[in-house]
Amino acid sequence: MQLPDGLVAVVKRDCPTCTLVEPVLRGLGAAVWCQDDPDWFDGDDTGLELSYRLGIETVPTVLRVEGGRETGRVVGWSREQWEGLTGAAGLGPGLPDHRPGCGSLSVDPSRVDELEARYGDGLASRRVALADLEDEHEALFDRGWTDGLPVVPPTPERVLRMLRGTTRDPREVVAVVPPDLVACTVEKVAVNAVMAGCLPEYLPVVLAAVEAACAEEFALHGLLATTYFSGPVVVVNGPVARRVGMNSGVNCLGQGNRANATIGRALQLVVRNVGGGRPGEVDRATLGNPGKYTSCFAEREEDSPFAPLAADRGVPGDAVTVFAGAGVQPVVDQLSRDPESLARSLAACLRVNAHPKLPMAFDAMLVVSPEHGRVLREAGWDRARLLAELDGLLRLPAGELVRGAGGMAEGLPPGVEAEQLPKFRPGGLLVTHAGGDAGLFSAIIGGWVSGETGSVPVTREVRG
Amino acid sequence: MRTVLDPTGERRPATRELLPRPDALRGRTVGLLDISKARGDVVLDRLEELLRADGVRVLRYRKPTFARPAPVDLRHEIAEHCEVVIEALAD
Repeated sequence: MQLPDGLVAVVKRDCPTCTLVEPVLRGLGAAVWCQDDPDWFDGDDTGLELSYRLGIETVPTVLRVEGGRETGRVVGWSREQWEGLTGAAGLGPGLPDHRPGCGSLSVDPSRVDELEARYGDGLASRRVALADLEDEHEALFDRGWTDGLPVVPPTPERVLRMLRGTTRDPREVVAVVPPDLVACTVEKVAVNAVMAGCLPEYLPVVLAAVEAACAEEFALHGLLATTYFSGPVVVVNGPVARRVGMNSGVNCLGQGNRANATIGRALQLVVRNVGGGRPGEVDRATLGNPGKYTSCFAEREEDSPFAPLAADRGVPGDAVTVFAGAGVQPVVDQLSRDPESLARSLAACLRVNAHPKLPMAFDAMLVVSPEHGRVLREAGWDRARLLAELDGLLRLPAGELVRGAGGMAEGLPPGVEAEQLPKFRPGGLLVTHAGGDAGLFSAIIGGWVSGETGSVPVTREVRG
Repeated sequence: MRTVLDPTGERRPATRELLPRPDALRGRTVGLLDISKARGDVVLDRLEELLRADGVRVLRYRKPTFARPAPVDLRHEIAEHCEVVIEALAD
């Protein structure tokens, strides 16, 4: 709107300083807008649009306007400053020299999101108006935007609040998301993070997960389209995990922690909504797995026998690693108290990953629990040592792997020249540490087709 | 009016797509919705005759007033009972 030339003021009746300076404003003939009482002065700014557009932070604020442009501004009451702005002398003779103002309603935390959504110019996403008769939750299901569970409606106010979780520009492209290869902005990730139930402080982790999952070598399109079970599993390292309240302990692969649940879900919703990867369409999984709703946990870095997974992969500090995981298999070994015995148990269970007769075909992630980890730690075994031991234990005799061996048609075609083959390709077995204090169990998260013909795990830094 | 932001890649229109039209009506249930304007019944009565002659099951509905959208219960009832709806007015 065009401001009138002369003096313009914004006040709030609830502010004692504003009521104190009322006679001064009237005496100056200022054009006054009031934020909380439309009848106090001529100007009604109970909608706060003017206050928002003028960037009012304190009331009273007095502006000098010339040719429609602001040429001076004072906040609160100061006789000296007001006289300087207005050119008048002897203002408010009965008043103290100085009195601070009050907070403007337009910067009240309960109002600012709504004002920014209404009057700001920050959001680029298409706005979809829901009809009055639509139930807002049903409306989101009906439009195909959910994973089958309820989502938080992504109102502009909520999305703006979510975007405060990052310093990145909402228009910045985070990744090109398969299968439709859509350039996905920080804002679109925020919209889906709202729907997933994320808090703003989770957003940097979600952004890193989207970036990692859309890296070329992760092969997200194929991972989505495959008839196999797998979907992205997100492992979070660094101080950010604890800071945002992620679970690396009791039941960390299970339900109940908001950060774990919603960060993994936000990634899946981005793939679904932005990338267009919907089950039954491009997603052709025969059975799928429940982790395709969400699969995300933090590595338990304290008392771990291993360096943080991401640090070992070249990204120290706050980072995510995505892995094409197909579901959780238990490893039970309640008796091993030396690492050699425990490694044999782990190897025996890892051998059956996908099929005991298929070597180097499918990756896996081993999640070592604290009680198993203690056995390794006390023996001084780090990740490299454990992997080397497992590699030795997982050299499979070729004769057991060929088609027909063991009465099973599945297996390698005849003509394998080597006497032994490794179960895992180099780099095809990831090892992490997580879980509750009690329980002599570990977990194998089976992977998908590995390496150059499939998916390679990807680690990316979490940026603010 | 509540507004949400589109979470998709915005490659599809925001409006919902209509269901495909059926190839034939024989054996289907067709609802005839009179919006309550004068003489709407004339055209709908004739339509009902023609549809029944073609082996169509016909159900009749009427909005309380043409000036407002159909009440949600009426829309729900039509959606539950009919495969096709013909909304008609005549002046």
